[in-house]
Amino acid sequence: MNETAIQIAYLVATALFIFSLKWMNDPQTARRGVLAGVAAMLLAVIGTLLNPEILTSNYKWIAIAVILGTVIGVPLSWVPLTAVPQRTALSHAFGGLAAGLVGVAKFYGSFQADGHHLSQFSVAALCMEVLLGFLTFTGSLMAAGKLQEVKFIPSRPVTYKGQNFINLSLLVIAVICCVLLVIDLQQFYYLFPVVIGLALLFGVLLIIPIGGADMPTVIALLNAYAGLAAVAMGFVMDNKLLITAGALDGSSGLILSIIMCKAMNRSFTNVLFGAFGQVQASTTQGEKKIVKSATPKDAAQLMENASLVVIVPGYGMAVAQAQHRVREIYDELTERGVSVKFAIHPVAGRMPGHMNVLLAEAEIPYEDLVEMEEINPDMPQCDVCLVIGANDVVNPAARHDKSSPIFGMPIIDADKAKTVLAIKRSMNPGFAGIENELYFADKTLMVFGDAKAVAGEIVKSLASEGDGGH
Amino acid sequence: MKILRLKNCLAAVAVLVAGTCSAVAAELPDVAHAPEKTTAEYVATLFVFMLASFVGLDVIRRVSRLLHTPLMSLTNAISAIAVVGAILIAGRNNGQDANWLNILGMVAIVASVTNIVSGFLITDRMLKMFKKREPKKP
Repeated sequence: MNETAIQIAYLVATALFIFSLKWMNDPQTARRGVLAGVAAMLLAVIGTLLNPEILTSNYKWIAIAVILGTVIGVPLSWVPLTAVPQRTALSHAFGGLAAGLVGVAKFYGSFQADGHHLSQFSVAALCMEVLLGFLTFTGSLMAAGKLQEVKFIPSRPVTYKGQNFINLSLLVIAVICCVLLVIDLQQFYYLFPVVIGLALLFGVLLIIPIGGADMPTVIALLNAYAGLAAVAMGFVMDNKLLITAGALDGSSGLILSIIMCKAMNRSFTNVLFGAFGQVQASTTQGEKKIVKSATPKDAAQLMENASLVVIVPGYGMAVAQAQHRVREIYDELTERGVSVKFAIHPVAGRMPGHMNVLLAEAEIPYEDLVEMEEINPDMPQCDVCLVIGANDVVNPAARHDKSSPIFGMPIIDADKAKTVLAIKRSMNPGFAGIENELYFADKTLMVFGDAKAVAGEIVKSLASEGDGGH
Repeated sequence: MKILRLKNCLAAVAVLVAGTCSAVAAELPDVAHAPEKTTAEYVATLFVFMLASFVGLDVIRRVSRLLHTPLMSLTNAISAIAVVGAILIAGRNNGQDANWLNILGMVAIVASVTNIVSGFLITDRMLKMFKKREPKKP
């Protein structure tokens, strides 16, 4: 009877998880999705606590662990939104750790006198779980460290000769150990710690060569790994709820990484095994080009007289904390009847969708946050395109310059606008180390300075002109 | 639009049916005490995995790109379902002199609950910020 109740609780929880994700398709129903997720999780936990295998004397320990987790978890949800990528990476690490530890406990538990015998299928699943779990654990910790710019973790990509070869051979050794374990558990049981060690090491080595701009892809990938670790745990524990929920997480990570790959014009294998994130040597030619510059006041005037202004934000905007000033520009312009749209490139920011969250925090209505594919056909009608803290995502070289490292990457067609305004600290090239020919175009005006300060001055001149003019 | 919804519901129903069948199947033989499962039973779990992946890919593809960051923190919380396995390991009798296995389970519970609590809270916090344009005052 108890077993039936547990399975029914799991069944309902599974359905609720699916609805939870389904409701995420629209910002208006999304919060209902969180509620469904919470309900599902409660059901799953309560159902599990009913399991007759759990000793009554152990409930207090479980309670202590739950309280401890809550105490750590609540402050982690208060982080500023610029730090959400780090938090996400950190929670991938926790997820990987949990999966790995459960796998270890399950493995050594089977050697106890009254332990469950592990079938070959279970051993294979266990190896998967431990491998993915611990790899995700150290990998995500490294990623979180790089994003947080922790001192002893270099945030610049670290590459060395034979990197791919070393990484791949480590993986191959780990897989061979797993195969031996599956073939004869009793004989090769001592290889299990080796698998754990290799997984921990592999996680670190996998993330070392990755730079900041590639983080969105990597975080999505680690998300998929954490989900797959949960699936493997489901196979080991013969628990369908774990399999389903893990598969949902895994497919989410997979889809997000595919979107990120497409947005950077990288193949999946290139992300997995290519030495990506390498900083390309700057290929600046000696030829001096002329740059036109403008004052914030000129910029304000241009935008005021436009009918469509498209703002292209990049991570630089978030770093400068300029999003609230940008919101004020948005307000001033919309009040004058200028229509203002934000063009969001999929890889802008440090994780998928990061820019949207930052702009939503600045209280910009989400209808005006437009995806790259949707805004591009409108760009020729755009009077002023304001580029703030973005660089490579508006570089026209991606369209025609085959020698450019970003060739083939889909970009926002800022160069098709009638006028381009670019707020930039200096003429230093962006992440990829490539010059942006957009800045040298005839229709481009550069506004030099800190994004927040410049945006503030634009707001000021907009506001004062508004008062004087009417 | 209607068709899309119908398709989603059908997919959800397919998982429900598969889940029910497997729940019933789990009831029939006394699996807990059976020393070894047959290969066919293992294939059945792969079946669940396959269906769940299809549903997952289909549902996630429809998620608004606006919400990809909250989506990731939500799926983060959902994948902390590993807490189920952690509770079982921490709670059960792992055998004599094997209390350290229970401790591993407890650490896993702490890690998972951290993800559950912070994941759901921060997702809700972010979603609250997504607002529609205020209607223009006359």
